Amino acid sequence: MGQKITIEPVTRVEGHGKVTIHLNNEGKIEQTRLHIVEFRGFERFVQGRPYWEMPVLVQRLCGICPVSHHLAAAKALDVIVGAGTGEGLTPTGEKMRRLMHYGQMFQSHSLHFFHLASPDLLFGIDSDPVKRNIIGVVLQHKDLAVQGVMMRKYGQEVIKATAGKKIHGTGAIPGGINKHLSEEERDYLLHGDDYMNIDRMISWSQDALEFFKEYHKKNVAIIDSFAEFPSSYLSLVRKDGALDLYHGVLRAVDSEGKKILHDVDYQDYGRYIDEEVRTWSYMKFPYLKEIGKQNGWYTVGPLARMNTADYIDTPLAQKEFEAFRNYNGGKPSNRPMHAHWARLIEILHSAEKIKLLLNDSDLMEGELVTKGTKKFEGVGLIEAPRGTLFHHFKIGENDMITMANLIVSTTNNNQPMNEAVNQVAVRVMTGKKEITEGMLNAVEVAIRAYDPCLSCATHALGKMPLEFEIYDADHNLIERKFKD
Amino acid sequence: MNNRNTRILIYGFGNPGRQDDGLGVMLSEEIEKWSASKGLTTIQTDSNYQLNLEDAAGISGYDLVIFADASGEDINDIFVDELKPSAAVEFTMHAVSPAFILHLCTQVYGHAPEAYLMHIKGYEWEFMAEMTGNARKNLEIAINWIKNFLLEKLK
Repeated sequence: MGQKITIEPVTRVEGHGKVTIHLNNEGKIEQTRLHIVEFRGFERFVQGRPYWEMPVLVQRLCGICPVSHHLAAAKALDVIVGAGTGEGLTPTGEKMRRLMHYGQMFQSHSLHFFHLASPDLLFGIDSDPVKRNIIGVVLQHKDLAVQGVMMRKYGQEVIKATAGKKIHGTGAIPGGINKHLSEEERDYLLHGDDYMNIDRMISWSQDALEFFKEYHKKNVAIIDSFAEFPSSYLSLVRKDGALDLYHGVLRAVDSEGKKILHDVDYQDYGRYIDEEVRTWSYMKFPYLKEIGKQNGWYTVGPLARMNTADYIDTPLAQKEFEAFRNYNGGKPSNRPMHAHWARLIEILHSAEKIKLLLNDSDLMEGELVTKGTKKFEGVGLIEAPRGTLFHHFKIGENDMITMANLIVSTTNNNQPMNEAVNQVAVRVMTGKKEITEGMLNAVEVAIRAYDPCLSCATHALGKMPLEFEIYDADHNLIERKFKD
Repeated sequence: MNNRNTRILIYGFGNPGRQDDGLGVMLSEEIEKWSASKGLTTIQTDSNYQLNLEDAAGISGYDLVIFADASGEDINDIFVDELKPSAAVEFTMHAVSPAFILHLCTQVYGHAPEAYLMHIKGYEWEFMAEMTGNARKNLEIAINWIKNFLLEKLK
């Protein structure tokens, strides 16, 4: 009798995820799917609300990456208030937003590497799950764990200084920003004691990269071959092709590096990208229209950004970027575990950018807001930690939102995550009589490489069950496991 | 140590944009106003959408921490339990439990504060900012409980 194995929800992934693995009578995998319950109600909810509320309101969506939503919404509204796209802001407005964004990138990527990825790397995918977590890292590699804690804290301090507060930050407003950086805030972030200074953060970012590269040398098979598959890649790049996490044009390349989306203005994203609905999934599947539904899917996130960009405009990260590209023969890396490498390069780049900005006097003086002729539609894109985030709003004559469309990073990565899950499931489970915890974790490791954020930000106590369910071919529940 | 010098942190977490999910944050804000009005300078407050790694550093400098969060559990109004460090692997690691933070603090800094978790019963979790009436009643109960508890602690 065949079996259907359900992993629900996925551990170390925010929100509600479920993996169903369908085995036939011979124990071979017939189908593997990742199911994610995407919350779409928000787009309906904001209709009828005044547009200027959006940068704060969208933070209700997600307590994990509220800064990304805050900035993407503000960028869309820049267009609506006539401040243009990206380049239209005052130097102070743009640089304060960039500082906020690099702080978010720094803390989010640090969490992913030290807390979510490093346990798998340090202890092994099939090691004892009791040890395979951040506490295990503390016990055996205390310095690494302390760095993770303090890098998170530093990134949060940057966000607090620019967004104004940790919950429902108000820093970015349509057309600009609502505050300067104070001298006290600048000095604290530049020269704070007890590790809290930018030079220490840059140094630790380099240490983390060295740690990864040493691990890579000793574990080439896991990093290079685990869940490997060809994909296209999409991200913003600066107009000159440089990595740009805050603003740019949309570029996509195929698995060989050939451009398939040629640096287009994202205000016209609807001409190039569509979303497919599939009956078995709550989450849509975005694709490039010109390529089509079947093959037009793409990957977003750190790995995509390393694959689309021509160079990085900070020296230390550029050196690491060159090593990354050289290792992959100058072509895109189609290795999902290289996302960890890419993420670490972005941590270093973000730290370098933070230092440059903290030494820029525009943050402490100058005009905050740009105004222009009102428009009735605006699109804001940003490279969120997990990938390209789309916010699209239309307003009516009375300034109320009449249409909202959001494509979040995890939705963009829907198909590649399904591809990765299938690759790993086939490799580790085919022909096996018993499904072990290590095998299930291997599937999760593939998903975690994309750092999906499925959060609806409601996390009240007692609302998060964790269970495994195993069904036979007749859909009878034959086993259920709970994780505490 | 003189009880009056006890360093206390009230840490509410949740999303105030999701109705009753913001109960912990609201509690934190109310205690901040109250402690300021009473001149209780050893009481500090903090809040965030959820707890994460850096909070281990944040709580390490306190003698007593009370975490507060909205709860969908089957309780009447509020429930307070003393926290013990726990290394349990979490379902969601973009956010972690107070017990996990306590454990991480112990492992990294060699000590952890006395800690409690206040569960405040909530009922609705939609995208609105307004809390339900019953949640507001529970919030009042929670505020009063904390005030009495802290005044006892500081005697």
